[in-house]
Amino acid sequence: MFAGFFQAGILGFGGVLPVARRLLVEQKHWLTAAQFTDLFSLCQFLPGANIVNLTFAFGARHRGVTGAAAAISGLLTAPVAIVLLLGGLYARYGGLPVAQHGLRGLAAAAAGLVAATALKIATPIFTNAGNVCLSALAVALVILGHLSLPVTMAVVLPLALLLAWRR
Amino acid sequence: MLFTLAAIFAKISLLAVGGVTSTLPEITRQVVTLRHWMTPAQFTQLYAIGQAAPGPNLLVVTLIGQREAGVAGAIVATFAMMLPAGVLAIIVSKYWDRYREARLRRIIQAALLPITAGLVLAAACVLVRQADTGVPPVVITAVSTLALWRTKLHPLWLLAGGTVAGLLIA
Repeated sequence: MFAGFFQAGILGFGGVLPVARRLLVEQKHWLTAAQFTDLFSLCQFLPGANIVNLTFAFGARHRGVTGAAAAISGLLTAPVAIVLLLGGLYARYGGLPVAQHGLRGLAAAAAGLVAATALKIATPIFTNAGNVCLSALAVALVILGHLSLPVTMAVVLPLALLLAWRR
Repeated sequence: MLFTLAAIFAKISLLAVGGVTSTLPEITRQVVTLRHWMTPAQFTQLYAIGQAAPGPNLLVVTLIGQREAGVAGAIVATFAMMLPAGVLAIIVSKYWDRYREARLRRIIQAALLPITAGLVLAAACVLVRQADTGVPPVVITAVSTLALWRTKLHPLWLLAGGTVAGLLIA
Protein backbone atom coordinates (compact mmCIF):
# COMPACT_ATOMS: atom_id res chain seq x y z
CA MET A 1 0.00 0.00 0.00
CA PHE A 2 2.87 2.37 0.85
CA ALA A 3 4.53 1.60 -2.49
CA GLY A 4 1.31 2.04 -4.45
CA PHE A 5 0.43 5.40 -2.93
CA PHE A 6 4.08 6.49 -3.17
CA GLN A 7 3.72 6.12 -6.93
CA ALA A 8 0.48 8.10 -6.94
CA GLY A 9 2.11 10.88 -4.90
CA ILE A 10 5.17 11.30 -7.08
CA LEU A 11 3.33 11.10 -10.40
CA GLY A 12 0.54 13.39 -9.38
CA PHE A 13 1.62 16.73 -10.81
CA GLY A 14 -1.31 19.14 -10.73
CA GLY A 15 -3.73 16.48 -9.54
CA VAL A 16 -3.18 13.12 -7.90
CA LEU A 17 -6.67 11.89 -8.65
CA PRO A 18 -6.27 10.38 -12.15
CA VAL A 19 -3.09 8.60 -11.04
CA ALA A 20 -4.76 7.26 -7.91
CA ARG A 21 -7.69 6.01 -9.96
CA ARG A 22 -5.46 4.18 -12.44
CA LEU A 23 -3.52 2.64 -9.56
CA LEU A 24 -6.45 1.53 -7.40
CA VAL A 25 -8.86 0.46 -10.14
CA GLU A 26 -6.89 -0.52 -13.24
CA GLN A 27 -3.53 -1.75 -11.96
CA LYS A 28 -4.02 -3.21 -8.48
CA HIS A 29 -7.77 -3.98 -8.71
CA TRP A 30 -8.14 -2.93 -5.09
CA LEU A 31 -11.46 -1.23 -5.95
CA THR A 32 -13.98 -1.55 -8.77
CA ALA A 33 -14.68 1.54 -10.87
CA ALA A 34 -18.03 1.99 -9.12
CA GLN A 35 -16.48 1.64 -5.66
CA PHE A 36 -13.85 4.23 -6.56
CA THR A 37 -16.45 6.72 -7.81
CA ASP A 38 -18.50 6.17 -4.70
CA LEU A 39 -15.57 6.68 -2.33
CA PHE A 40 -14.40 9.68 -4.29
CA SER A 41 -17.75 11.43 -4.30
CA LEU A 42 -17.88 10.94 -0.53
CA CYS A 43 -14.39 12.40 -0.07
CA GLN A 44 -15.23 15.34 -2.28
CA PHE A 45 -18.09 16.34 -0.07
CA LEU A 46 -16.20 15.98 3.20
CA PRO A 47 -13.84 18.76 4.32
CA GLY A 48 -10.16 18.57 3.38
CA ALA A 49 -8.11 17.65 0.32
CA ASN A 50 -10.18 14.96 -1.41
CA ILE A 51 -7.22 12.79 -2.38
CA VAL A 52 -5.92 12.86 1.21
CA ASN A 53 -9.37 11.87 2.51
CA LEU A 54 -9.61 9.11 -0.08
CA THR A 55 -6.21 7.77 0.97
CA PHE A 56 -7.19 7.78 4.65
CA ALA A 57 -10.57 6.15 4.01
CA PHE A 58 -9.22 3.53 1.62
CA GLY A 59 -6.27 2.63 3.86
CA ALA A 60 -8.48 2.33 6.94
CA ARG A 61 -11.16 0.33 5.17
CA HIS A 62 -8.67 -2.29 4.05
CA ARG A 63 -6.10 -2.51 6.83
CA GLY A 64 -7.35 -0.36 9.71
CA VAL A 65 -5.13 2.26 11.32
CA THR A 66 -1.95 0.63 9.98
CA GLY A 67 -3.36 0.73 6.48
CA ALA A 68 -4.30 4.40 6.76
CA ALA A 69 -0.83 5.23 8.10
CA ALA A 70 0.92 3.25 5.35
CA ALA A 71 -1.20 4.73 2.57
CA ILE A 72 -0.92 8.34 3.73
CA SER A 73 2.82 8.17 4.33
CA GLY A 74 3.19 6.60 0.90
CA LEU A 75 1.18 9.37 -0.70
CA LEU A 76 3.03 12.19 1.05
CA THR A 77 6.67 11.11 1.40
CA ALA A 78 7.82 12.18 -2.07
CA PRO A 79 5.74 15.39 -2.37
CA VAL A 80 6.75 16.56 1.11
CA ALA A 81 10.44 15.79 0.43
CA ILE A 82 10.30 17.67 -2.88
CA VAL A 83 8.49 20.67 -1.46
CA LEU A 84 10.90 20.84 1.51
CA LEU A 85 13.77 20.96 -0.95
CA LEU A 86 12.05 23.76 -2.87
CA GLY A 87 11.29 25.53 0.42
CA GLY A 88 14.97 25.31 1.38
CA LEU A 89 16.01 26.78 -1.97
CA TYR A 90 13.41 29.53 -1.53
CA ALA A 91 14.71 30.42 1.93
CA ARG A 92 18.30 30.60 0.65
CA TYR A 93 17.94 32.12 -2.82
CA GLY A 94 14.36 33.45 -2.95
CA GLY A 95 15.52 36.98 -2.19
CA LEU A 96 17.83 37.24 -5.21
CA PRO A 97 16.52 39.69 -7.84
CA VAL A 98 16.43 37.05 -10.60
CA ALA A 99 14.55 34.61 -8.37
CA GLN A 100 12.13 37.34 -7.33
CA HIS A 101 11.24 38.03 -10.95
CA GLY A 102 10.50 34.38 -11.64
CA LEU A 103 8.64 33.94 -8.35
CA ARG A 104 6.46 36.98 -8.97
CA GLY A 105 5.46 35.51 -12.32
CA LEU A 106 4.84 32.09 -10.72
CA ALA A 107 2.71 33.63 -7.97
CA ALA A 108 0.66 35.63 -10.50
CA ALA A 109 0.02 32.45 -12.51
CA ALA A 110 -0.96 30.50 -9.36
CA ALA A 111 -3.40 33.28 -8.38
CA GLY A 112 -4.93 32.93 -11.84
CA LEU A 113 -5.36 29.18 -11.34
CA VAL A 114 -7.33 29.76 -8.14
CA ALA A 115 -9.45 32.39 -9.91
CA ALA A 116 -10.22 29.90 -12.69
CA THR A 117 -11.10 27.21 -10.11
CA ALA A 118 -13.50 29.67 -8.47
CA LEU A 119 -15.14 30.40 -11.84
CA LYS A 120 -15.45 26.69 -12.59
CA ILE A 121 -17.21 26.02 -9.28
CA ALA A 122 -19.38 29.15 -9.45
CA THR A 123 -20.70 29.18 -13.03
CA PRO A 124 -22.81 25.99 -12.93
CA ILE A 125 -24.47 26.83 -9.59
CA PHE A 126 -24.96 30.58 -10.12
CA THR A 127 -28.11 29.90 -12.10
CA ASN A 128 -29.84 30.05 -8.73
CA ALA A 129 -30.26 33.41 -6.95
CA GLY A 130 -29.95 31.83 -3.51
CA ASN A 131 -26.57 30.37 -4.40
CA VAL A 132 -25.33 33.73 -5.69
CA CYS A 133 -26.40 35.45 -2.46
CA LEU A 134 -24.75 32.81 -0.26
CA SER A 135 -21.46 32.99 -2.18
CA ALA A 136 -21.53 36.79 -2.13
CA LEU A 137 -22.18 36.72 1.61
CA ALA A 138 -19.19 34.40 2.17
CA VAL A 139 -16.94 36.67 0.09
CA ALA A 140 -18.19 39.78 1.91
CA LEU A 141 -17.65 38.30 5.38
CA VAL A 142 -14.13 37.10 4.56
CA ILE A 143 -12.84 39.96 2.39
CA LEU A 144 -14.73 43.03 3.58
CA GLY A 145 -15.56 41.91 7.12
CA HIS A 146 -12.13 40.31 7.75
CA LEU A 147 -13.92 37.63 9.74
CA SER A 148 -12.25 34.32 10.59
CA LEU A 149 -13.25 31.13 8.79
CA PRO A 150 -14.96 29.59 11.87
CA VAL A 151 -17.09 32.73 12.33
CA THR A 152 -17.88 32.94 8.60
CA MET A 153 -18.96 29.30 8.58
CA ALA A 154 -21.09 29.80 11.70
CA VAL A 155 -23.00 32.52 9.83
CA VAL A 156 -23.18 31.05 6.31
CA LEU A 157 -23.64 27.32 6.98
CA PRO A 158 -26.99 27.52 8.83
CA LEU A 159 -28.37 29.82 6.11
CA ALA A 160 -27.13 27.51 3.35
CA LEU A 161 -28.59 24.45 5.08
CA LEU A 162 -31.93 26.18 5.58
CA LEU A 163 -32.05 27.22 1.94
CA ALA A 164 -31.09 23.76 0.67
CA TRP A 165 -33.59 22.11 3.00
CA ARG A 166 -36.51 24.26 1.80
CA ARG A 167 -35.67 23.76 -1.85
CA MET B 1 6.02 27.04 17.88
CA LEU B 2 5.14 23.42 17.04
CA PHE B 3 2.10 23.67 19.26
CA THR B 4 1.03 26.95 17.64
CA LEU B 5 1.37 25.42 14.17
CA ALA B 6 -0.66 22.37 15.19
CA ALA B 7 -3.36 24.55 16.76
CA ILE B 8 -3.70 26.86 13.73
CA PHE B 9 -4.10 24.08 11.18
CA ALA B 10 -6.05 21.55 13.24
CA LYS B 11 -8.65 24.24 13.84
CA ILE B 12 -9.29 24.84 10.14
CA SER B 13 -8.93 21.24 8.91
CA LEU B 14 -12.63 20.49 9.36
CA LEU B 15 -13.65 23.78 7.76
CA ALA B 16 -11.85 23.09 4.47
CA VAL B 17 -15.10 22.65 2.55
CA GLY B 18 -14.54 21.56 -1.02
CA GLY B 19 -10.78 21.33 -0.40
CA VAL B 20 -7.86 23.21 1.07
CA THR B 21 -8.24 26.25 -1.24
CA SER B 22 -11.29 27.40 0.78
CA THR B 23 -9.04 27.94 3.79
CA LEU B 24 -6.44 30.15 2.06
CA PRO B 25 -7.98 33.44 3.27
CA GLU B 26 -7.97 32.09 6.83
CA ILE B 27 -4.38 30.83 6.53
CA THR B 28 -3.31 34.27 5.22
CA ARG B 29 -5.15 35.88 8.10
CA GLN B 30 -3.37 33.65 10.65
CA VAL B 31 0.20 33.78 9.31
CA VAL B 32 0.34 37.21 7.61
CA THR B 33 -2.22 39.54 9.22
CA LEU B 34 -2.26 38.29 12.82
CA ARG B 35 1.21 36.80 13.32
CA HIS B 36 3.36 38.65 10.77
CA TRP B 37 5.34 35.48 10.01
CA MET B 38 5.74 36.60 6.40
CA THR B 39 4.76 39.34 3.98
CA PRO B 40 1.70 38.92 1.72
CA ALA B 41 4.04 38.54 -1.27
CA GLN B 42 6.00 35.76 0.47
CA PHE B 43 2.78 33.94 1.34
CA THR B 44 1.61 34.00 -2.26
CA GLN B 45 5.01 32.77 -3.44
CA LEU B 46 4.98 29.88 -0.94
CA TYR B 47 1.49 28.96 -2.14
CA ALA B 48 2.70 29.01 -5.74
CA ILE B 49 5.71 26.82 -4.92
CA GLY B 50 3.39 24.32 -3.23
CA GLN B 51 1.25 24.23 -6.37
CA ALA B 52 4.27 23.67 -8.61
CA ALA B 53 5.30 20.54 -6.65
CA PRO B 54 3.64 17.15 -7.23
CA GLY B 55 1.10 15.93 -4.70
CA PRO B 56 -2.04 17.16 -2.92
CA ASN B 57 -2.61 20.92 -2.81
CA LEU B 58 -2.09 21.33 0.92
CA LEU B 59 1.68 21.66 0.50
CA VAL B 60 1.53 25.40 1.25
CA VAL B 61 0.87 24.28 4.83
CA THR B 62 4.03 22.14 4.75
CA LEU B 63 6.05 25.14 3.54
CA ILE B 64 4.67 27.43 6.25
CA GLY B 65 5.60 24.83 8.89
CA GLN B 66 9.11 24.49 7.45
CA ARG B 67 9.62 28.24 7.37
CA GLU B 68 8.66 28.63 11.02
CA ALA B 69 10.11 25.47 12.58
CA GLY B 70 12.14 23.45 10.08
CA VAL B 71 11.34 19.87 9.09
CA ALA B 72 9.56 19.15 12.39
CA GLY B 73 7.35 22.18 11.81
CA ALA B 74 6.60 21.03 8.28
CA ILE B 75 5.49 17.59 9.46
CA VAL B 76 3.46 18.87 12.42
CA ALA B 77 1.66 21.48 10.28
CA THR B 78 0.90 18.98 7.51
CA PHE B 79 -0.51 16.37 9.89
CA ALA B 80 -2.52 18.95 11.81
CA MET B 81 -4.13 20.02 8.55
CA MET B 82 -4.85 16.43 7.39
CA LEU B 83 -5.71 14.45 10.49
CA PRO B 84 -9.07 15.86 11.69
CA ALA B 85 -10.54 15.73 8.17
CA GLY B 86 -8.92 12.32 7.53
CA VAL B 87 -10.40 10.81 10.69
CA LEU B 88 -13.80 12.20 9.73
CA ALA B 89 -13.42 10.61 6.27
CA ILE B 90 -12.61 7.23 7.86
CA ILE B 91 -15.61 7.39 10.19
CA VAL B 92 -18.11 8.59 7.57
CA SER B 93 -16.92 6.13 4.91
CA LYS B 94 -17.74 3.29 7.31
CA TYR B 95 -21.39 4.30 7.47
CA TRP B 96 -21.62 5.82 3.98
CA ASP B 97 -23.39 2.98 2.21
CA ARG B 98 -26.27 3.08 4.65
CA TYR B 99 -26.95 6.76 4.01
CA ARG B 100 -26.16 6.95 0.33
CA GLU B 101 -29.64 7.94 -0.74
CA ALA B 102 -30.46 9.92 2.37
CA ARG B 103 -32.09 13.28 1.82
CA LEU B 104 -29.88 14.76 4.54
CA ARG B 105 -26.79 14.05 2.47
CA ARG B 106 -28.22 15.79 -0.58
CA ILE B 107 -29.13 18.83 1.49
CA ILE B 108 -25.63 19.09 2.97
CA GLN B 109 -24.10 18.70 -0.46
CA ALA B 110 -26.31 21.41 -1.97
CA ALA B 111 -25.58 23.71 0.96
CA LEU B 112 -21.82 23.32 0.75
CA LEU B 113 -21.47 24.16 -2.96
CA PRO B 114 -22.26 27.90 -2.80
CA ILE B 115 -20.14 28.22 0.36
CA THR B 116 -17.22 26.56 -1.42
CA ALA B 117 -17.69 28.84 -4.42
CA GLY B 118 -17.69 31.90 -2.17
CA LEU B 119 -14.63 30.85 -0.18
CA VAL B 120 -12.62 29.94 -3.29
CA LEU B 121 -13.60 33.30 -4.82
CA ALA B 122 -12.38 34.95 -1.63
CA ALA B 123 -9.14 32.96 -1.87
CA ALA B 124 -8.71 34.18 -5.45
CA CYS B 125 -9.30 37.78 -4.29
CA VAL B 126 -6.65 37.43 -1.58
CA LEU B 127 -4.05 35.86 -3.89
CA VAL B 128 -4.70 38.19 -6.82
CA ARG B 129 -4.45 41.23 -4.58
CA GLN B 130 -1.14 39.99 -3.16
CA ALA B 131 0.38 38.85 -6.43
CA ASP B 132 -0.70 41.56 -8.85
CA THR B 133 1.42 44.55 -7.91
CA GLY B 134 1.95 45.88 -11.43
CA VAL B 135 0.85 45.50 -15.02
CA PRO B 136 2.94 42.41 -15.94
CA PRO B 137 1.62 40.20 -13.08
CA VAL B 138 -1.95 41.32 -13.85
CA VAL B 139 -1.50 40.13 -17.43
CA ILE B 140 0.01 36.81 -16.27
CA THR B 141 -2.91 36.25 -13.86
CA ALA B 142 -5.48 37.09 -16.55
CA VAL B 143 -3.89 34.72 -19.06
CA SER B 144 -3.64 31.82 -16.60
CA THR B 145 -7.23 32.38 -15.41
CA LEU B 146 -8.62 32.28 -18.94
CA ALA B 147 -6.41 29.38 -20.01
CA LEU B 148 -7.40 27.13 -17.11
CA TRP B 149 -11.05 28.15 -17.28
CA ARG B 150 -11.50 27.82 -21.03
CA THR B 151 -8.92 25.26 -22.23
CA LYS B 152 -7.74 21.82 -21.15
CA LEU B 153 -4.14 22.97 -20.75
CA HIS B 154 -2.33 21.32 -17.82
CA PRO B 155 -1.91 23.77 -14.88
CA LEU B 156 1.82 23.00 -14.71
CA TRP B 157 2.33 24.63 -18.13
CA LEU B 158 0.65 27.78 -16.87
CA LEU B 159 2.85 27.90 -13.76
CA ALA B 160 5.96 27.36 -15.89
CA GLY B 161 4.77 29.97 -18.40
CA GLY B 162 4.13 32.47 -15.60
CA THR B 163 7.63 31.94 -14.21
CA VAL B 164 9.28 32.44 -17.61
CA ALA B 165 7.12 35.50 -18.30
CA GLY B 166 8.13 36.86 -14.90
CA LEU B 167 11.83 36.40 -15.69
CA LEU B 168 11.41 38.15 -19.03
CA ILE B 169 9.10 41.06 -18.24
CA ALA B 170 8.30 41.51 -14.56
